[in-house]
Amino acid sequence: MSEPQKSGSGRRDFLGATAAATAAGLGFTVLAPGMQLIKFAEANTNTVNTASAATTHTASAKVRWGMLIDTTRCATGCTDCVTACATENAIQPGSGRPGQSSQWIRKIELKEQATGREISLPMMCQHCADAPCVDVCPTGASFKRADGIVLVDRHSCIGCRYCMMACPYKARSFVHEELTQQNPEVPRGKGCVESCTLCVHRVDKGQEPACVEACSKGDHTAMLFGDLNDPASEIAKRIATTATSQVRADLRLDPGVRFQGI
Amino acid sequence: MAGAAITFREIEGRHGYYGLLAVCGIFLALGAYAYFQMEHYGHIITGMDNQIVWGMPHVFALFLIVAASGALNVASTASVFGKSIYKPLAPLSALLALALMAGGLAVLMLDLGRSDRMIVAATHYNFKSMFSLNVFLYTGFFTIVGIYLWFMLERRMNPWSKAAGVAAFIWRLTLTTGTGSVFGLLVAREAYQSALLAPMFIVLSFAYGTALFLLTLAAASAASKRPLGDAITGRLKNLLATFVAASLYFVAIFHLTNLYYMRNHGVEHFILINGGIFTGLFWIGQIAIGGILPLLLLLLPGVTLSRILTACVAIVIGGLAQMYVTIIGGQAWPLDMFPGYTASSSFFDGVIHSYAPSLVEILLGLGGVAIAASIVIVALKLLRLLPEKLDNATLDLHHAK
Repeated sequence: MSEPQKSGSGRRDFLGATAAATAAGLGFTVLAPGMQLIKFAEANTNTVNTASAATTHTASAKVRWGMLIDTTRCATGCTDCVTACATENAIQPGSGRPGQSSQWIRKIELKEQATGREISLPMMCQHCADAPCVDVCPTGASFKRADGIVLVDRHSCIGCRYCMMACPYKARSFVHEELTQQNPEVPRGKGCVESCTLCVHRVDKGQEPACVEACSKGDHTAMLFGDLNDPASEIAKRIATTATSQVRADLRLDPGVRFQGI
Repeated sequence: MAGAAITFREIEGRHGYYGLLAVCGIFLALGAYAYFQMEHYGHIITGMDNQIVWGMPHVFALFLIVAASGALNVASTASVFGKSIYKPLAPLSALLALALMAGGLAVLMLDLGRSDRMIVAATHYNFKSMFSLNVFLYTGFFTIVGIYLWFMLERRMNPWSKAAGVAAFIWRLTLTTGTGSVFGLLVAREAYQSALLAPMFIVLSFAYGTALFLLTLAAASAASKRPLGDAITGRLKNLLATFVAASLYFVAIFHLTNLYYMRNHGVEHFILINGGIFTGLFWIGQIAIGGILPLLLLLLPGVTLSRILTACVAIVIGGLAQMYVTIIGGQAWPLDMFPGYTASSSFFDGVIHSYAPSLVEILLGLGGVAIAASIVIVALKLLRLLPEKLDNATLDLHHAK
């Protein structure tokens, strides 16, 4: 009879010691971040309110912002759009490996295997109507505005990178390190995923995305921005009268970016 | 019945026990160090980048999560399929499932870019996201398997343990379907986008979980000086061989199906023939060490416990190789946005992506393994999970025969 009691007493001692050690450990690991969690929860609530307010006042489902890229006008080696994007959104090369730096827009050089025909084009977030990144995002941080612009809510992105796995265009980047010298209008942050915002901060002020503006200034006019839903807009007219294509049209994601010449 | 006669007892756990806990403690500390390094500096100190976005932590995490589901095999076989010989081992099976799940989930969560935002993941759901659904499946797994374990351990609740066992069985099949579907639903990537991944992950989980269960059981029996009868290991090795064979079948069908589609020839050629480390890990790690070797060890005559355990170790090595090939190999193959064209860019379009795991990633993964091991080691001393005797007579061999 006494042996089980001993065993039970030893077990209680062990349990007590384990509980004390666990409590001490948890004190360090849980309490301090707990304060942070409350802050983030509050920040997130504010963000949601701000976002819904912005949606109410600036983004309308009547509009579908989009872009038409004429690859026949896009010059090989020209990176005006990439430079303008980097300047506008304060994107600098990171201090790590090149593969860890963010690229919201990049130039892709294509060579047709059968004919050798060469094409140069800019590639960025295609702002899909049925965006896979929005579908897979566990917290809803990847979202589509009423006007079709696909964005990442920096306050609710947990940095799981599932959207990067799902994007067919390799359009998203993960911020691998602390950032400095940011544009206040374009918040970015370590540990979050980001991609082309279609310069939403400019569009909401009635301006064009920086890449489109730079392409026009460089006299290439390979990029055309506008409202796909407005039949009177130049982009809608061009799409209605010219053969255009979507990248990975087979996936039927209805991207907002169209291409000419591929 | 046998169940009523069997006495469960905590392991004594003396000097060697605390030594083992100390080893786990070292790996827990190293895992914590790795996490805080990544938290402080960002993922820049890892081998991951914008091409290989999921790396070594995910290899460990998904292996542990998939194995967790399979670790429940023994309990399910007892409760759901009524094989009474496995009943005395069902509590250990459930505990191991919970421990592996805790270890895997910890790694997955600590790798997040913003792991401090877990409150967001816990309060914001996108029900179209497989990750979001998995949050429910994982928490449900803890709840249901936890209740199942409680019902098995608490005599008053014993009559309900079968019902809880059935619920846990259904839940864990759903859970592994969800884990496989994390990849299966990635329509843009040629290495994934297959409904076969869900059932394949279930079969893989059977093999990985059973192998880890056998290793845990053998270690616990040796450490607590409770000799393990060959009745239980003899049966489990047959079950394990069936799972390994079924895994090989699914892997073969997965690749043969892909080979039928011209668009997938590139990625299949890459994984199967000229993918360097990935091809090596596939054929030598996943197929030879993780598949053929265990089958030979388990099925050739004259099986001994050490041969069974060697097979289990081989299955675990093969499982880690499989996860590496599936997760990292699948990402290494570039997206084909422009079929019929060769592509090049400053963002590595059109080229095979390279990946070298960093030490912090490996330490974080091993930290998850240490979490699982610590839970099992501590629970075996605190709770009456293991039968006092594990010999053939105690495990009711005669009745089962």
